[in-house]
Amino acid sequence: MESLKQTKSETGQTESFLDILKANIGQYFMFIALVVIMIFFTITTDGVFISSRNISNLINQMGYIAVLAVGMTLIIVIRHIDLSVGYLAGFLGAFSAIAMTFWGWPVYAVIPAVMIMGILAGMLTATPVAKLGVPAFVSTMAAGLIFRGALLLVTMGTGTIIINDQVFVAIGNDYIPDINLEGFLPGRHKLTLIIGLIGIIFSIFSAIRSRRTKKSYNFQVPSFGLFVAQLVLISALIGYVAWILSGYNGISWSLVILLLVVGVFQFITTKTPLGRHIYAVGGNPEAAELSGISVSKITYIVFGAMGFLSSLSGIMYASRLHSATTTAGLGFETDAIAAAFVGGVSAAGGVGTITGSIIGALVMMSLQSGMNLMGIDISVQYIVRGAVLVLAVVFDRITRRNQ
Amino acid sequence: METPILEMKSITKEFPGVKALDNVTFSVRRGEIHCLVGENGAGKSTLMKVLSGVHPYGTYSGEIFIEGELQKFNGIRDSERAGIAIIYQELALIPELSVYENIFLGNEVTNGVVIDSNESISQAVDILKKVGLDVNPLTKIKNLGVGKQQLIEIAKALKKKVKILILDEPTAALNETDSDNLLRLIRGLKEQGVTCILISHKLREVLEIADTITVLRDGKTVTTLDVQKDKVNEPILIKHMVGRSIENVFPKREKVKVGKELLRLENWSAYSYALGRDILKNVNISVHAGEIVGIAGLMGSGRTELAKSIFGNPDHYRLSGKVFINGVEQKFRGPHDAIKSSMAYVTEDRKGNGLILIEDVKQNITLANLKEITVGGVINENEEILVANKYCSELNIKTPTVQQKVRNLSGGNQQKVSLGKWLFVKPGIMILDEPTRGIDVGAKYEIYTIMNSLVEQGMSIIMISSELPEILGMSDRIYVMSAGKIKGEMPVEEASQESIMALAVDY
Ligand SMILES: Nc1ncnc2c1ncn2[C@@H]1O[C@H](COP(=O)(O)OP(=O)(O)OP(=O)(O)O)[C@@H](O)[C@H]1O
Ligand SMILES: [Mg+2]
Repeated sequence: MESLKQTKSETGQTESFLDILKANIGQYFMFIALVVIMIFFTITTDGVFISSRNISNLINQMGYIAVLAVGMTLIIVIRHIDLSVGYLAGFLGAFSAIAMTFWGWPVYAVIPAVMIMGILAGMLTATPVAKLGVPAFVSTMAAGLIFRGALLLVTMGTGTIIINDQVFVAIGNDYIPDINLEGFLPGRHKLTLIIGLIGIIFSIFSAIRSRRTKKSYNFQVPSFGLFVAQLVLISALIGYVAWILSGYNGISWSLVILLLVVGVFQFITTKTPLGRHIYAVGGNPEAAELSGISVSKITYIVFGAMGFLSSLSGIMYASRLHSATTTAGLGFETDAIAAAFVGGVSAAGGVGTITGSIIGALVMMSLQSGMNLMGIDISVQYIVRGAVLVLAVVFDRITRRNQ
Repeated sequence: METPILEMKSITKEFPGVKALDNVTFSVRRGEIHCLVGENGAGKSTLMKVLSGVHPYGTYSGEIFIEGELQKFNGIRDSERAGIAIIYQELALIPELSVYENIFLGNEVTNGVVIDSNESISQAVDILKKVGLDVNPLTKIKNLGVGKQQLIEIAKALKKKVKILILDEPTAALNETDSDNLLRLIRGLKEQGVTCILISHKLREVLEIADTITVLRDGKTVTTLDVQKDKVNEPILIKHMVGRSIENVFPKREKVKVGKELLRLENWSAYSYALGRDILKNVNISVHAGEIVGIAGLMGSGRTELAKSIFGNPDHYRLSGKVFINGVEQKFRGPHDAIKSSMAYVTEDRKGNGLILIEDVKQNITLANLKEITVGGVINENEEILVANKYCSELNIKTPTVQQKVRNLSGGNQQKVSLGKWLFVKPGIMILDEPTRGIDVGAKYEIYTIMNSLVEQGMSIIMISSELPEILGMSDRIYVMSAGKIKGEMPVEEASQESIMALAVDY
């Protein structure tokens, strides 16, 4: 019965696996590159790289850059750039520290306040861009200088500000609690495994449902074999990551935040009219405007989102260091921009995905972590990371041109 | 028998999901004007791109001979060296640069190190003379009309030694005077021994100028005709192109009773900050349900500016005067307000501001009306495919799937996507700016039929067009514009090409 239906839906031009791969090579390439890089470091470090502890660390270190990369992706998609995010994150981190330590604000007030400040700062930076067409390069560089000055100003009297608030510090350092199952899988973080399992079940169900709906519309769907293979691959991936994480402390709060951010932004960009509008503005602003999309409104929204993510980044970083320092945020924007480009966004606008940029961030962070483990000098590390960035973009150009 | 100057043998070119050229054979005699015609997506532009090396050797199968010699072009530079010059469907001039800088772009005249502008300018003057163009070489391109720009493209091509000149729809954006100029120039080049290949959907001009015509359909050569010997006329040509005959170019429409006024402009004026002058002066027009109102005029007479100024004023002109939609005065803050008031505007420049080329067919069609397919804040992508499929079949858009990037569609099919996008908005007032530019005869007929059925359902259409036959064939009422003013209004029964032109050239 199944096979009958299958042949029916397969009539017409069927796409073979190779065709699909060819058409999406650009998308899959970075993912494959990531796997290759991870295997390489696993071998050269005798498995230390892939150890639970290292992966867990890697993710926690990546968090505050990855959230910025998500926002930066959208900024670049609408043909702009934001050079202010590092200093904004640094300043907002310092602001949180001061508010908690010196003013005695409760953490539950500080976090929303800082987020609102981030959004406002982003929109303020966007104003000359959206209203007068000032290049974002200039506007955000100026904003960056201002935030840098503000950071120095607030930390001037004190220098480094130590943060003692337990809740705040937990964000960047702690893990979700575990449940107690006597004697079952000792040494493993059970809740992490359960969440992994839920993730697998959820993705299988949603894939099946989407396939059913497609069929009910009589649309062509990938062959059953390919569909199963995809599901197996995704499940294995989620399972493996959950398994590795469960071997250390489980899922960290940083990862929870990152997953939430990625989930929400992925949903908005791929499923909602707002997402469409963002890509339309990036693809052709004039056509978008004439289609009833306000380019300046989209510019405000995207920069506002970037400001919000900068505040998150600042909180995560300050929390991770237990302190706010005068150099916090230095160079974050470069890392975020690099992650986005490695992940396949195009400076010409309209192209680039959230998941791509997360993969880009993972690639850059894996390189850093792997080379650290191998004891490679920081000077060489910079050179390698620069080379990888340019190679990734060159490759992206070539595959795009061939299409 | 003399060897042909150009022979393309068994050319096959495939794109993912499309066989654009299927075993095409194409042969051109020395010194002739050879026209290439066929429906949108028939493969005309692709064939010329194969010839000029845009699609390099190895990406197609088949052979190209020039003067009997096999050619393997790896890029456009190779074909230029072999004496081929191509002018694309879309102009490729840089608006901010001057005429002479554009002419020498990529081949700058230098004295070894720096650009020798005096030498370039004096050479440019000579080249401009060749195409009979009298402009200052220092003028910026953006300050010239399309007709002149087209001639500059040709001038640019002619500065190198050209044996074969290829023009892909050069007259699509030109009015009759400019077109005539261009055709005269092509004849002149023929006398000088240049062989010309011309792609066009304007069959009248094809018959006027061609020695030989090759018809393509669905990527195959249908026939090659000698205009004199085979006594070719329009119906014969159409039959070869479309595969059936089309009796009337303009489908008949039942005269419906004109309904209530949907749009009125009172003393509508606009000042452009960018140009630093008034572009619309005291325009008063009125458009009713159930009628097609034609707006005629020369290039630059302010017709597109009029459309944009009504449609939410995206270029931020300073406006004065009043717009009434359905009898209510409106002050649109942007195109989104105009769309909310059930207006639609199909732009004349589909690549510049009509479509998002890097997105696919379905995303373009639904862009202006996403709410129609959004449920609970989420776009229903399956419904979206259905919608896109519907317009693809209604408008006969040639594309392998609705997931194809619009960039990969032929020019005419892009135009249809643009139309489909605005039909999906289901507007009450539709402004069509050069709606059939670059569209083949068969598709024109389909678009006219759609326009008729829309007004029969009570919509009103404002049609801006530079093609007088189209204005006369489709409109119920005609406004003629010149220099930003409405120079006259007439019911179609009283209009003629002469009466329209007399008003259009009256500054
Ligand atoms: N780069 C490309 N990728 C995929 N398909 C393409 C590409 N270029 C052209 N095509 C397809 O090849 C076919 C022929 O296109 P072509 O542009 O040659 O048509 P045309 O005869 O010039 O039409 P028009 O009169 O509309 O300009 C079309 O179906 C088009 O979609
Ligand atoms: Mg073409």
